[in-house]
Amino acid sequence: MTRVVVDVMLKPEILDPQGQAILGALGRLGKSGVASVRQGKHFEIELDGEASPAALAQVEELAANFLSNPVIEDFVVSVGAS
Amino acid sequence: MTASVGVVTFPGSLDDRDALRAIAAAGAEPISLWHKDANLHGVDAVVLPGGFSYGDYLRCGAIARFSPVMDLIIAAAREGLPVLGICNGFQVLCEAHLLPGALTRNIDLHFQCVDQVLSIENTETAWTNGYAKDSRIVIPIKNGEGRFVASEPTLDRLEAEGRVVARYVGTSPNGSMRDIAGITNKRGNVVGLMPHPEHAIDSLTGPSSDGLTFFTSVVKALIAA
Repeated sequence: MTRVVVDVMLKPEILDPQGQAILGALGRLGKSGVASVRQGKHFEIELDGEASPAALAQVEELAANFLSNPVIEDFVVSVGAS
Repeated sequence: MTASVGVVTFPGSLDDRDALRAIAAAGAEPISLWHKDANLHGVDAVVLPGGFSYGDYLRCGAIARFSPVMDLIIAAAREGLPVLGICNGFQVLCEAHLLPGALTRNIDLHFQCVDQVLSIENTETAWTNGYAKDSRIVIPIKNGEGRFVASEPTLDRLEAEGRVVARYVGTSPNGSMRDIAGITNKRGNVVGLMPHPEHAIDSLTGPSSDGLTFFTSVVKALIAA
């Protein structure tokens, strides 16, 4: 089995109030030095076989049309990472 | 002939019953549709109700958009079938790319539940033809992810083409861009609206009866067609 990871993040220009709330909490926890926090989604996909070009193309298609919303989100597909 | 209007129930829909009731109150025949339906039972229009379809997993409306009945509704909407998406239904319409933009987390992260004043700006759509232009209505809004966002060029295009159907009056409850509460497609048959007209069809159960006109409008549009 091969693990393929899809990370989905809000586009930089889309406001992320959850990230801002986390940043606010860091201040209350007494943590300094953090300028910004943005929250996203992390999908771990186990393929039956190898990460062949065809299998990866399928994951890309899944990431573009289902796991992310292209209006507000960007995604990155990486192989073998966790 | 009586017009029939379908209401889709997805797993997690909440407001399907009120939508069916509003359709009956408007003089049309309400028809329950199921998310797995393989045909639309001959309905003349469709309401996608509010709620939390598929538990709002992944993104609000993202999984509902791929349900079997939505394939039929998306194809029919492109042919002119009147479709109204309320709250979660609006999210489904955006996920299906029948309407531009997206609905994101409320700007203050709070779930907002209030009686909201709206201005009806487009009275040409299948769902708003019974309103007077710029009329003020009061209907409930209840959402956690109702902040309408779109790119600046998309927002400019929506405004230029008169496709903003309803706007929040006063402070927007969710931080929507340009105070947008509802939009329509170019043809005016597909409307997405964050607040809930189906919860305001009589003064016994709602803050007003202002919402009923969405449903009487579509009956009028169907009879004229």
